[in-house]
Amino acid sequence: VLHTTRPLHTTQQSLAPVPPLPEKGGEVRHGFIPEEFFQFLYPKTGVTGPYMLGTGLLLYLLSKEIYVVNHETAAAACILTVIVYAIKKFGPDVAAFADKLNEEKMASALAMKNDTIQTLQTAIEEEKKEQWRAEGHNYLFDAKRNNVAMLLEANYRERLLTVYNEVKKRLDYQVALQNLKRQKEQDHMIQWVEKNVVQSITPQQQKESIAKCILDLKALSKSAHATV
Amino acid sequence: LPAAVLLKDTKLMDVKLGQLGSWLAMRDFTPGGILGAFRRGHERYYNKYINVRKGGLGGLSMVLAGYIVLSYMWSYSHI
Repeated sequence: VLHTTRPLHTTQQSLAPVPPLPEKGGEVRHGFIPEEFFQFLYPKTGVTGPYMLGTGLLLYLLSKEIYVVNHETAAAACILTVIVYAIKKFGPDVAAFADKLNEEKMASALAMKNDTIQTLQTAIEEEKKEQWRAEGHNYLFDAKRNNVAMLLEANYRERLLTVYNEVKKRLDYQVALQNLKRQKEQDHMIQWVEKNVVQSITPQQQKESIAKCILDLKALSKSAHATV
Repeated sequence: LPAAVLLKDTKLMDVKLGQLGSWLAMRDFTPGGILGAFRRGHERYYNKYINVRKGGLGGLSMVLAGYIVLSYMWSYSHI
């Protein structure tokens, strides 16, 4: 259950980025006394104060037998001598080795970080390129739309032509039909008229017409003779 | 005038000698409080001497010296 009345993420995140580790630790003098102790006594007793305190304390412990000197003291002295000598001799080498290990760890971590950053950068570049490519799709769609429009137009025109041809054929048929009818009527009528006229010419009329023609011809020949 | 800090919130080094008794009485002595005190002390020491880039010998040797002193004190009666 999330109480949304409580405001979330109002402050700057305090853990990121993580502050780097301090370079050196607190100062320690003689291996086991922190430097702050010397600084604490400096205003009142100067530089030798803590050493006087240490000497006095040591003498007090020894004289009052709070620190007992027995066989263990000899053993502790020898062991401490060896340890101090070893540290003084091999200390810097060990420190350098440890520092090298640390450096390698840091370098590998840093390399990983840089590699990741690089990969992400290339991914960003690729993404930008993809976006640029997606813009080109507009042109592709325009071309396709033009294609489709052209196809539609061509189809429409084809059909228009078909319609025109069909209508023309039908009209031509009607025209040819009418012409044929008229021609047939004309022929039939001419034939009928000729037949009737030939029938109506009786032999009597034929003789009369022939006699008339001969008279006409004679008259004509007389006039022709005259002109010549 | 700056507001006076409550005795409860003063650090040990700022407590006057006469107030030491009352200051001690005000400290948190519940188990959780004692655990918190141990944790705070450990964190202070750890972050100052050990959790650094170039740690020195002092961080470890101070712990050993304290251990030596403490074990001497505990085994004093056997000597």
